[in-house]
Amino acid sequence: MSQKKSDKSETEGQKHILSVLVENKFGVLVRVSGLFSRRGYNIDSLSVAVTENPSISRMTIVVRADDQVLEQVKKQLNKLIDVIKVIDLNDEEHVERELALIKVKTVKDTKPEILQIVDAFRAKVIDIATDSFIIEVTGDDKKIEAIETLLRPFEIQEMVRTGRVGLSRGYKEGSRDRN
Amino acid sequence: MKKQTETISGAQAFIESLKCESVDTIFGYPGGSLLPIYDAIFDCDLHHILVRHEQAAAHAADGYSRATGKVGVCLATSGPGATNLITGIATANMDSSSIVAFTGQVNSSLIGNDAFQEADITGITLPITKHNYLVQRAEDIPTAICEAFHIASTGRKGPVLVDITKNATVDRVLFSYPKDVNIPSYKPTYKGNMQQIKRAATEILKAKRPLIFSGGGVISSNASEKLVELSELLNIPVTLTLMGLGAMPSSHKNFIGMPGMHGMKTANYAIQNSDVLIAVGARFDDRVTGRIEDFASGAKVIHIDIDPAEISKNIYAEIPIVGDVSIVLKDLISIINERINTRSNEKLIQEYKANNDKWVNDILKHKSENPLTYDKNSPLIKPQFVVETISELAPNAIIVTDVGQHQMWAAHYFDFKYPRQFISSGGLGTMGFGLPAAIGAKVGCPDKTVINITGDGSFQMNSQEIATAVQHNLPIVSVIINNGYLGMVRQWQELFHDKRYSETDIQNSVDFVKLAEAYGALGFRVTEKSDLKRTLKEAIDSQRPAVVDVLVDRSENVYPMVPAGASINEYLEPDA
Ligand SMILES: Cc1ncc(C[n+]2csc(CCOP(=O)(O)OP(=O)(O)O)c2C)c(N)n1
Ligand SMILES: [Mg+2]
Repeated sequence: MSQKKSDKSETEGQKHILSVLVENKFGVLVRVSGLFSRRGYNIDSLSVAVTENPSISRMTIVVRADDQVLEQVKKQLNKLIDVIKVIDLNDEEHVERELALIKVKTVKDTKPEILQIVDAFRAKVIDIATDSFIIEVTGDDKKIEAIETLLRPFEIQEMVRTGRVGLSRGYKEGSRDRN
Repeated sequence: MKKQTETISGAQAFIESLKCESVDTIFGYPGGSLLPIYDAIFDCDLHHILVRHEQAAAHAADGYSRATGKVGVCLATSGPGATNLITGIATANMDSSSIVAFTGQVNSSLIGNDAFQEADITGITLPITKHNYLVQRAEDIPTAICEAFHIASTGRKGPVLVDITKNATVDRVLFSYPKDVNIPSYKPTYKGNMQQIKRAATEILKAKRPLIFSGGGVISSNASEKLVELSELLNIPVTLTLMGLGAMPSSHKNFIGMPGMHGMKTANYAIQNSDVLIAVGARFDDRVTGRIEDFASGAKVIHIDIDPAEISKNIYAEIPIVGDVSIVLKDLISIINERINTRSNEKLIQEYKANNDKWVNDILKHKSENPLTYDKNSPLIKPQFVVETISELAPNAIIVTDVGQHQMWAAHYFDFKYPRQFISSGGLGTMGFGLPAAIGAKVGCPDKTVINITGDGSFQMNSQEIATAVQHNLPIVSVIINNGYLGMVRQWQELFHDKRYSETDIQNSVDFVKLAEAYGALGFRVTEKSDLKRTLKEAIDSQRPAVVDVLVDRSENVYPMVPAGASINEYLEPDA
């Protein structure tokens, strides 16, 4: 039985958050990101930092793929020698967050209105200059997109997003990053 | 563990580590960053084979590994030496061949400065190695080497590169070699899941038209005997991909040839009509499957492979079994034997036999109606005849090939007897592989006759290695199937580009006899059919490095042929 290979460049396919534990070694980011570009998988975002165990890093990768491509992504990741574990957070109950910093132009009249929006989103103004605010907002991507939409009329000068990070819920025996 | 109280240099630690891995031979080429290592090589008892181009060092290590099943080792200097290895490493990677490639690197203080002969070889080889290391401290050399050999030779095998900075080879260490390897993130699965193996046994015994479809994984895991045992146990026909040739003797009654684009029609017929396809250590390359939607579309696929990523990559597997092919086949055979010997299964087995008889007869009939053919009465020397003659003269020789038409003729017309007898670049299709790989095979198997079946184009891609063969007294016979063309490309131009032979005519570009003689090898030329056998015999018997230039029918094409993208039962037929 054969199966059609889906066109990987198509944007269809569900978003998946992969939580990938890797050896905290020189070059490991290139090994992982190179794999995605080489095999033509789409990455929406990738974030990486060390875990509670300093010899291990966690990469959170948001990838858009249908089931068959996703299966390949996971298997190919597992094949990399420095990859310790690949967890598909979509398979588990999990929480996810993203942080964004948004620099918005301010003029006298618009400040209260902007502050209202910031309040409503439980965001924070973390820097105030004479003609701009920097707003910090955390949440899932819908929330960030929503606040972005509302702030756009005031003129967003610059914006940076961390990309999504996530963890599965609940204490699990043996699920420490490395025992 | 070897412990010493005196320090040794990193270069000496390198040599000691290789000894701990039981390495006997290195294929290499020196340079500035390797001076300390070559100084250590000067008075060690490792056998160093000096090649004439680093690409050849990698191919030789690869040929050595394919012929012996051991890890092949090559060594090149930083910068251009390292980049010259690329084609060889990529070739080994595509065919899952275990080699460890060592490269010199500039001093670690210079890395990143565009220093003289600096190349980011770990970066460059990332996509074509199973893994690689950059070693910048003498004390890290033993562990890196220990891990490299472990990774290269276990699981799905493959090339590993170890890049060592010059300062690391100069600095001194107390040598100690790791007792065992512990890479927590690397644990290949060897034993197959028994539930899955039982399911596979059930499907196989229910099959009306079972077929074993097997590839290089069987050779690499030394599972050939088990494969033959399974085939004989239930009388299942076997098709072997290019990489799998030799896993079952070509003359075995159950062997139906190679599948795919240039496959035997019977092999393709069996694939398209099978109802249970037992894929063993094969990865469903597009040259084998043709149009993937139509491949084995009526079959349930049982896929046994050590690499989980190969399963359901190209062809969906109903029953995936991840594990070492040899171990899985052993378990599968014992379960099938159990079932056969269970009384209550008597009816099932009888039914199997009745269906199987029909299927096998059908295949035998197809085979007798679709033999490989060429014009045996032609006054010209037909390339197929050259291969048949070699097969007759040197039935147990290791056959190495280059890439092109001659490679396909070698695959079809040589009568293979045992695994590791056929060595060819399958996945990457690397012209220039033949001679250096033959050197590696000969060094690894000095008692075997080694014959390189090559083309006039391919041979020119690494012909400098005649010098290596002569220097090290390696009596390899290169038989050039000389059609004066980049023949395989010419064939496609003939068939798909209106016979517009753009840049493929290379007739009379070199006198191969003089070339051989210039290096101190024997050179022969065959222009008459009647001279072929005698000359080939003379070359083989000479026990010297030899080149036999055979002028063959220029226009011969490889058939059967399925055009790229077509289903594997849609053939292009030669003009009558
Ligand atoms: C390094 C490399 N370059 C180009 C090709 C493309 N190619 C495939 S077969 C072939 C012709 C080979 O000619 P020859 O060695 O004379 O073999 P023949 O087909 O004539 O038997 C070429 C150019 C290749 N496989 N490898
Ligand atoms: Mg040719």
